[in-house]
Amino acid sequence: MARKVAIGFTLVIVGTMLFATALMMRPFGEPPSAMDDYILENTQETTGANNAVSAVVFDWRGYDTLGEATVLFTAVTAVVMLLRRRKDEAPE
Amino acid sequence: MSTIITNAPFIAVAALACVGIYIMLSQRNLIKIVMGITIFEAAVNLFLVSLGYRNDGIAPIFTNATGIHMVLPVPQAMTLTSIVIGVATTAMMLTLIVLIYRHTGETDAKKSRRVKG
Amino acid sequence: MMSKVVRSVARLATPAVLTFGLYVIMHGHVTSGGGFQGGAVFASAAALLLVAFGSERVKEHMKIPALTGIAVSGAVIFIGLGFAGLATTFFYNLFVGSPVFGHVPPFGPAHEDIWTAGVIPLMNIGVALNVVAGLTAIMVVMAIASENKRDGE
Repeated sequence: MARKVAIGFTLVIVGTMLFATALMMRPFGEPPSAMDDYILENTQETTGANNAVSAVVFDWRGYDTLGEATVLFTAVTAVVMLLRRRKDEAPE
Repeated sequence: MSTIITNAPFIAVAALACVGIYIMLSQRNLIKIVMGITIFEAAVNLFLVSLGYRNDGIAPIFTNATGIHMVLPVPQAMTLTSIVIGVATTAMMLTLIVLIYRHTGETDAKKSRRVKG
Repeated sequence: MMSKVVRSVARLATPAVLTFGLYVIMHGHVTSGGGFQGGAVFASAAALLLVAFGSERVKEHMKIPALTGIAVSGAVIFIGLGFAGLATTFFYNLFVGSPVFGHVPPFGPAHEDIWTAGVIPLMNIGVALNVVAGLTAIMVVMAIASENKRDGE
């Protein structure tokens, strides 16, 4: 019973904070866009790409893609290493 | 009242986040806790994408475009990275659940607390 | 191993899914798509085969050392292209204006031209190899780890 009260109390506090933030935010559809205006104007002559999202992912912010490829590769290596089955272990 | 209609995506983000937190706190099966974490990550990705919308904008692709008033491309690139990192984290969590099941035979969060030797 | 209807439909649907995934990967710099999106579509064909045919038949054709070899070569291609323009900066787009993928479109709406965007299509291929091999390796390893044992556990 105490556990349900604690969960309800936490949820009320967190829910109030989240919904109040959602109502007090900047109006949807009018973002500040100084950096993105510069990127949209100069993409086709700097990178030569017609797709602005691919140019942002691989050229204007290529370091983030490098970090993400590293994270994915590390996760795959860890999963393959953890679920290995040795041939001489006792039956589980 | 008109703020609720205008800011509807942000209210959807808040509702999804509350659902995710409730699942994480109240369930005892380990796989259901992982589902709650995945729902919370989906709420965060929706928030990132909906920050970059401009009124009456088209997709930021210049091939056969109908104008040059476009939505912002940088939040879409950030969301791509976030989705891939979410997939990597979920794979690691599920692997640890398989190992816990092999070691203790339980998938209950309370009963699988003692990991001996 | 599921029923015969499911297996036949999986056999018919897999080439279509693979072709669509390859289209999304290769056209990443012209229209929507790219390495990550196309890689996920390509790896969903492996998921379809694992569910329809069972892990015992699939694991003889998709071996783990080959999959990790493909993932490593994809990552090496991606990082090698980052180092290739090191005379200016790291990750410099050095193919813009040169005969390889070198058209530069003027500002504004453009026609479809696949020979644009410099070093980006090659990076797409590298990332796609990494993602395809990684996701397939995760799925095959987890399917092997959750098989039912036959010899009295």
